[in-house]
Amino acid sequence: MIPSEREFYNALKERHGEELQKKITSAKVAVCGLGGLGSNIAIALVRAGIGRLHIIDFDRVDVSNLNRQQYTAVQVGNYKTVAMTENLKAINPYCEIVSETVRLDGNNIPELLGDDDIICEAFDNPEAKAVLVNTILEKFPEKYVVSGSGMSGLGTANTIITKQVMKKLYLCGDGVSDVADGTGLFLSRVMVCAGHQANMILRIIAGELNV
Amino acid sequence: MITVNGEKLEFSGNISGLLEILEYNGKRVAVELNENIVPKTEYDNTIVSDGDKLEIVRFVGGG
Repeated sequence: MIPSEREFYNALKERHGEELQKKITSAKVAVCGLGGLGSNIAIALVRAGIGRLHIIDFDRVDVSNLNRQQYTAVQVGNYKTVAMTENLKAINPYCEIVSETVRLDGNNIPELLGDDDIICEAFDNPEAKAVLVNTILEKFPEKYVVSGSGMSGLGTANTIITKQVMKKLYLCGDGVSDVADGTGLFLSRVMVCAGHQANMILRIIAGELNV
Repeated sequence: MITVNGEKLEFSGNISGLLEILEYNGKRVAVELNENIVPKTEYDNTIVSDGDKLEIVRFVGGG
């Protein structure tokens, strides 16, 4: 039997403490890109009981995504926003998910992300990463941005770290391993980076702004 | 002398020129000058002066 909303909240409150859980439950976070980083980050945030999760991606699930992205074989061909909403609701049917199937660019970012407090950059394309991060930092100086850069290949996972690189910008990854180098992407290493990003987002919500 | 990502170096010119010398792809970075983000459209117009502190963040592919 599916637990009630009250049972869900009480269980989270017991695990995390009431004061912290209140902060998490009232937080508004946008996850931009639902690939290897974004799908794992979204799951971590929903499991933590995030208040409102805004998920954005333009793409559909492809068989080549299944090595690292949190979708299932029957979801191949579906929009990632639709498939991820299903998966998140299966984890916690009471979480509030706002999904948008759109390609973010410099023009629509201010309008679409204006209501979110923390913006998580989880794209794969480095130029799209730069556009998102620059646009948010320029247009919304009050928002926090948590971005991922460098998690490709099967190098040691110990080089993946979180750095506060600007006042409102946290960067997770090793900073150098580029998928264009042909080293591939593995869930094991991508989820280390996703874990860093989700953890920093939760730390910001908790008011712990240092890395 | 200016400071880029904590390292001191001798440079005069605009941000586009600095990125070129340091071999950054201008489309894949975010640049902060004295703790203020520099809009991409201002890389040509923004002159770096003695004593300035810059942070250049580079994005690589994969996610």
